[in-house]
Order: sequence, then structure tokens, then C-alpha cells
Amino acid sequence: MSTTRRATVTALAVAAGLTALAACGSGGGESADPKTVTLVSHDSFNASKSVLEEFTRQTGYKVNVLKGGDAGKAVNQAILSKANPQGDVFFGIDNTLLSRGLKEGIFSPYQAKGLESVPEELQLDKAQHRVTPVDYGDTCVNYDRAYFTEHKIAPPRTFDDLLKPEYKGLLVTENSATSSPGLAFQLGTIARYGESGWQDYWKKLKANGVEVVDGWEQAYNERFSGSAAGKGKGDKPLVVSYASSPPVEVLGKKPEPEEAPTGVATGTCFRQTEFAGLLKGAKNEKGGKALLDFLLSKKFQEDVPLQMFVNPARTDVKVPELFTKYGEKIDKPGTVAPEKITENRERWIKQWSSLVLK
Amino acid sequence: MALPLVFFALFFAYPVVAIVGRGLKDGGQWQLGRAGEVLSDPDVLHVLWFTVWQAAASTGLTLLIALPGAYVFARFEFPGKKLLRSVVAVPFVLPTVVVGSAFLALIGRGGVLDDLWGVRLDTSVWAILLAHVFFNYAVVVRTVGGLWSQLDPRQEEAARVLGASRRQAWFRVTLPALAPAVAAAALMVFLFTFTSFGVVQILGGPGFSTLEVEIYRQTADFLDLPTAAVLTLLQFAAVLALLALHAWTVRRREATLTLVDPARTARRPQGAGQWALLWGTLVVITLLLVVPLAVLVERSFAGPDGYGLTFYRALESAASMDSTFAVAPLNALRNSLAYGAAATLIALVVGGLAAAALTRRGGRLVRGFDALLMLPLGVSAVTVGFGFLITLDEPPLDLRSSWWLVPLAQALVGVPFVVRTMLPVLRAVDERLREAAAVLGASPWRVWREVDLPLVRRALLIAAGFAFAVSLGEFGATVFIARPDNPTLPVAVARLLGRAGELNYGQAMALSTILMVVCAGALLALERVRTDQAGEF
Repeated sequence: MSTTRRATVTALAVAAGLTALAACGSGGGESADPKTVTLVSHDSFNASKSVLEEFTRQTGYKVNVLKGGDAGKAVNQAILSKANPQGDVFFGIDNTLLSRGLKEGIFSPYQAKGLESVPEELQLDKAQHRVTPVDYGDTCVNYDRAYFTEHKIAPPRTFDDLLKPEYKGLLVTENSATSSPGLAFQLGTIARYGESGWQDYWKKLKANGVEVVDGWEQAYNERFSGSAAGKGKGDKPLVVSYASSPPVEVLGKKPEPEEAPTGVATGTCFRQTEFAGLLKGAKNEKGGKALLDFLLSKKFQEDVPLQMFVNPARTDVKVPELFTKYGEKIDKPGTVAPEKITENRERWIKQWSSLVLK
Repeated sequence: MALPLVFFALFFAYPVVAIVGRGLKDGGQWQLGRAGEVLSDPDVLHVLWFTVWQAAASTGLTLLIALPGAYVFARFEFPGKKLLRSVVAVPFVLPTVVVGSAFLALIGRGGVLDDLWGVRLDTSVWAILLAHVFFNYAVVVRTVGGLWSQLDPRQEEAARVLGASRRQAWFRVTLPALAPAVAAAALMVFLFTFTSFGVVQILGGPGFSTLEVEIYRQTADFLDLPTAAVLTLLQFAAVLALLALHAWTVRRREATLTLVDPARTARRPQGAGQWALLWGTLVVITLLLVVPLAVLVERSFAGPDGYGLTFYRALESAASMDSTFAVAPLNALRNSLAYGAAATLIALVVGGLAAAALTRRGGRLVRGFDALLMLPLGVSAVTVGFGFLITLDEPPLDLRSSWWLVPLAQALVGVPFVVRTMLPVLRAVDERLREAAAVLGASPWRVWREVDLPLVRRALLIAAGFAFAVSLGEFGATVFIARPDNPTLPVAVARLLGRAGELNYGQAMALSTILMVVCAGALLALERVRTDQAGEF
């Protein structure tokens, strides 16, 4: 009996302690405070705390960030809740999802300050300014330098190269249906070979031993021989990842290496531009507009590369050395018009699945 | 009974019905034709077939591997038994993101098996089946083993004295007594594997998809709510059928047996055969359960310059880093504990009241309520999450950005465990005790406090512990609604795994290890207050 009682007392004490912990964690319930502006985004949104504090200093608004899963899920959440939006500004709708969001009418037009420093080709809603381009990044095939040096073959550079016999069985990519880099890579082939040719390309790629896994994590961390996370145990020296992956491989390495252990096949890239927009029905419209201006401000734009590993939309801001030294600048990335993507996305994915997975 | 009903109506039924309804109704028109369309799609039929097939295969394999384990835990006494019993339960409460990486490290390319014998099982159906055994081993050991340890071995001995062979005694005496527990365990494993999501996504590769994965894709990726709604209803029907079967087997088990104190049934193994069985089980547990977890720990220490605390230090210094991405491990741990504690409180109140109501009353309605409480285990987190989004969005119930949303969602998963643990114990309380107290003038509240509570206190603690551990590991619903400034451990792990670079990966492993230790700690604390009544998990 005495052990039981002691155990009970201990458990009650633990429970009490945990409840106290719970109580101190619950200080965040916010109301419709006019001094906060709510940013709805996806999991990859990041910013320096000091930069967000700078926004508060400038405008008096505090930023409250809500994240809702990966990019696609976050956009769909915004569409589902459009009658009563979760926040004031949405960040993170990209060109592959853009026209779905525009068609559903989730954004109010607003022309943000600083747009004049953003290249025309990123401004996909130039006529109406329902969305503002904030950053862009490229999805490209990455290669493991060590493998190609050791085997004395040159790494591939283009989509066509990937069909060559010397690269047979070396590439791992992601499932278009479940992974956004996977879909981007497929869209890259559509941009390159057109609606009539991409299926033929994939038939040849399949014949050349391309392997498909469900997610980027597996492809990159487990299969790719060049990722340090996999300790070089993966056996695929080519992987579909991002143009910014090589700089990330250098992060935390001491001393800093001469070049990144991985490289980018610059002719295999597809460009994704990320946009932000004022949500229709926003409770704090004024704060939302101020936040959009801030997202395009130099301060925020300079913070973008090291926080989200993408490039700032503005051309007149400094990009950190990590990017310039170890990253690759992509001159002619593939693109497909947003309306076309929305129109065909599901059919393309289905065609791709039955072509590659079966 | 009113409170649990309101809780479920508000936080489960209402959101789910709303999202399914939105899918089936288009501009006020019911889209019933859509159901036929979806159900005759060969792709959907393939998914359905695979879902059933892999669940059946996983259940069979789990029983095959775990039943000897159940016997060993029930009948043998050996040093370290308590610790081992906690260890086997750890996988059950670990989030699949964590386990997925551990498994890939073991059976994937360049994994341990690959290094030793060139065996690679990733993206094969074997990876899925093995991971399912890994997750559900504890379900069988606890459900079957719990009952087994309370069966009086003298019954079997009596049969032997009366001339039955060992085999006959086992088939005639022990097996019939165990059958309902085996059936209940099998059905639970079938339910968990039927709705498998993370395991299939991470280990299965693109060739495999279960109903749950398909619902997720149709909802989150394509926003094809009609198809998702039809599939959700399909899964609903299947889960309801499973739960009805489960409830039936459980009732049979409660009815027939006289049980003894498990402390008296377990003894040291005797003879070569029994020792071999014990060692065999230990080897299986080591290979199947301990090694994947150990690989995780190993990777968390394997820094760029040999073994060390590099990744743990990186986690620590992340606290001072100037980024909204970086979350100090202690913060994530504190968030997890706070959410878990709140979820446990909710689950205990709701589940406890529900269990009490279920003990008092009989009848079909109550049995239906019993099944309803189990339903959250079989409904896709994305359905619940999107449902929350479109229903709990207006004051006074605008909970979408409230701190309470996470514990509420976690409690949904915790309640079934509380109910299942409390119910058998509450039912075992002699009704005459309550009547006597009532006759002597005690109020119903006082009867509960003075009669029931002392008897079920330990079961209550176990229920709390399980609800807590499950909340700690809950990922599907949490990732949907966790606020970025206070992520839980599983959410923080998933974020780190989503980034390139050795440092991020290593930190993910380190955080996973911390999560594992906390889960194991909670379960070990439970072992100390284990009741004689084993409950159903």
C-alpha cells in the first residue's frame, strides 16, 4: 500500500508540475489585436527574429506567423478558409500553384513598395498586383563531385545528358504526385520538351534507370551519395534537389572547403517564384499592406537567402558569400505559365505516374 | 456522459462531417454520382486492395513474431523484464518520421544490413511489413501477454495430469482462453496498419499507397474534396466494422475467465526449451526493436569529426541563433510536455467520464458510443485538420490559432487509450460495493470517490501515462496546427529532416533521441505503477 501511495503522490506531483508547465506555455492566445499582423505561410518560412523586430520598430505592428504544412497544403488551407481567413497576409504561393489561388480569389490587389527593383519576369501578376514576388529558387539535378572525379567522367549538365549511357542508373528523383521538387523536375522537362515531347523523354529516362522515391528527404538524405547526412552511403550520385543545396552542404564545415562537395547541373533547372499577397477579408488590412512592403524591403530581402535558402526577388540587394562562393547562378531556367500548370497539373501527374511508376 | 458526447460532437464529429459534407455537396447539390465514379476507378481499387492486403499481412506477421514474446513476458521471470517491457512499448508512441529515418538507416541503402550482407529492403513491401511489426509488437505483447499472465497455469497442468499431451493441453485449455485476447490484439493491429500513413509514405516508395495516403493526397495536394470525401466514408465504414468486431471480442473476453495474480504465474525458465525460447525472444526484440532505435542514437552521436556531442551542442546553440527556424531543444521539449500534459488532462476527464458512463449503462446505444470513442484512431489526421479549419473558425469557437487546439487534437487520440485502460478495471468493480455505499446514504459522487477511485487509481495513472506518451509522439494532427513559435519535438524533427546538410540531419537525430528517451522515461515510470489488471493496451 505504501508504495502505491508514494507512486500516487509522485504522479500527482508530476502532473501538477506539468500542468504548471502547460500554463506557462499557454501565454500565446492572441485576440484580434490591431497591433499585430498575421502572416500565414508554409513550413519553410523563416526569418531572423531581429529582422521581424525591425518591422515592429518601423511600423508598430508585431508579426504573428502561422504555418500550415508544406506549400501545397498551406495554399489549400488558405483556399478552404477564404470565407474567414486565418490571417492578413499569405506568403509562399509559387508559380505552380499561383493560378489556383488567383482563380479562387483569395487575394486583394496591392502594389507593394520596392517592386521596381524586381525583374519583370518574376512579376507574374503584373497587371493586377494581387500577389507580390518575394523570392525565387531553382530545382535542379545535383551531383556528387567526388563520384565523378573518382570515375573520371564529367557530370551531366542538361536534360539530354541524363539520357546518356554513362549516367545509367545514377539518378534518383522524387514522385511528382507527392513531392514539390519532383513535380518541379517534371515541369522542367515539360518546359524543355513541350507538351508533345516530355512523355517521350521520361520513357527514355526510365529506360536509363531513373529511380523514384516519394519524398525529397529520402532522395537526398538516404539515396544521394553526396549528402553528408547520408555519410556518403547512398549510391546515387545524381539527385533532384535545389540549386541552393550545395551551399547548405558547406554550412558548419570547418575549415571552409574550396568548393562545395556537390554541384548543380545548370541545364536541368526549373524556376519557382514565391509570392505573397494580402488575404481578402483580412482583419488588419493596413498592417497587411505594411507587411507586404516590408517583405520587399532591402532588410527582409537580404535576410531571405540564409533563412530560406532561396534568392531574393530584388536584384539590388547583397547576397551572402556562402551563396556567391558555393552556389550556382542559373541563367536559363525552365518555366511554364501558371495558368497552364493549374489547368494540366492533375492530368500531367497522372500521365507521369502511369508512365514512370508502373 | 454528456461531457464526452459534447467533446466528441464538437471536436470530432462536427469538423469531420463538415469537411466530408463540403466534398459531397457542390453548390447545394449532392454529388452522389461521384461515389460510383471513384469506387470504380481502377487506381482506387488498387489502393483499396493494397490497403487490405498489407494490413492482413502485417497483422499475420506481427502475431507470428510477437506471440512468443507475449508468452515470454507473461510466464517468465528474468532480470531486466520491466525495463524490456518499457522498451518494446517505445516504438508504439514514437512518431513515424523518427522511426522512418531509423529504419532507412538500418535496411536502406548503406544501412547496417546493406553493409553486412548487401540486403536492402527499402521501397519493398518488406520494409512496410517490418516497420508495422516494429510499431505494433507492444500491442500484442500487452494485450495478449497481459491476459496470459493472469491465466492460471494450474488449469493446463490439470489437463496434463488427466492425460493430455502438452499439445493437447495447449490447444484445449490455453488457446481457447486466449483466443479473444488474440483476436482483439489482431484487430487493433489490423486497424493501425489499415490506416497506416507515415510508414507507407516513408518506407514504401511511390509504388505503394494506402487509403489513408490517398485521402491525404486528394485533400492536401489536389484539393479534390469529393474524391477525398468518398474515400473517407469508405475508410469510416471499414473502421466501424473493425471496431464492432473488436468490441464483440472484448466483451467475450471479459465474460468468461477467472484470473489470478500475474506475480504468481511467472517464474524462471526451466529446461533447455524454455531458455531457448527466452533467448530467441530476446534476440528478436534486439534485432527488430532495439537495433533500429540504437541506430538512431548512434547517428545522433556520429558527428563530422567522429563520435561526440556536436549535434546536441548545435541544438543548444540554436537557442541563441537569430532565426524563427531555430528552436532550442529545451523549448521544443517544454512545448511537447506542456501540450502533452494538457492533452492528458483533457483525455483523462473525457475518457474517464466516458468509461464510467459505459460501465453503468448497457444497451446498444452505449455500445455505439463505445465505438464512436475509438473512431479517431481510424480517421485521417488531414480530414480532422481541414475540418477544424472550416468549422472552428468563428468566435466563440475560433480555435484555429489558439494554443488549445493542439492538446485538443492530441486528446482525441488519447481518449481511446484512456477508455480502453479504464473500462475493464471499472467493470471489475463489484457492483454490490457501490450499492452498499448508496444504501448507507452516500451520494453518487461520494460513491465514485470512495469506492471506484481507490480501486481504479492505478489504472487511471496508467491511462494518463499512455495518453501522455501518445500525445508526445502525435504528429499528423500536430503538424497541421502547431504554431511555429512553439513546435513540439516531432514537428521540430520533421523540420530539420526537411533541410539539406549534415548539421540539420544530425540535429534531427539528436532531437529524436531526446524524444525517445522522454517517451521511454514516461513508460518506465508507468511500469512502476502497473496494475494487476492489464487493460487492453
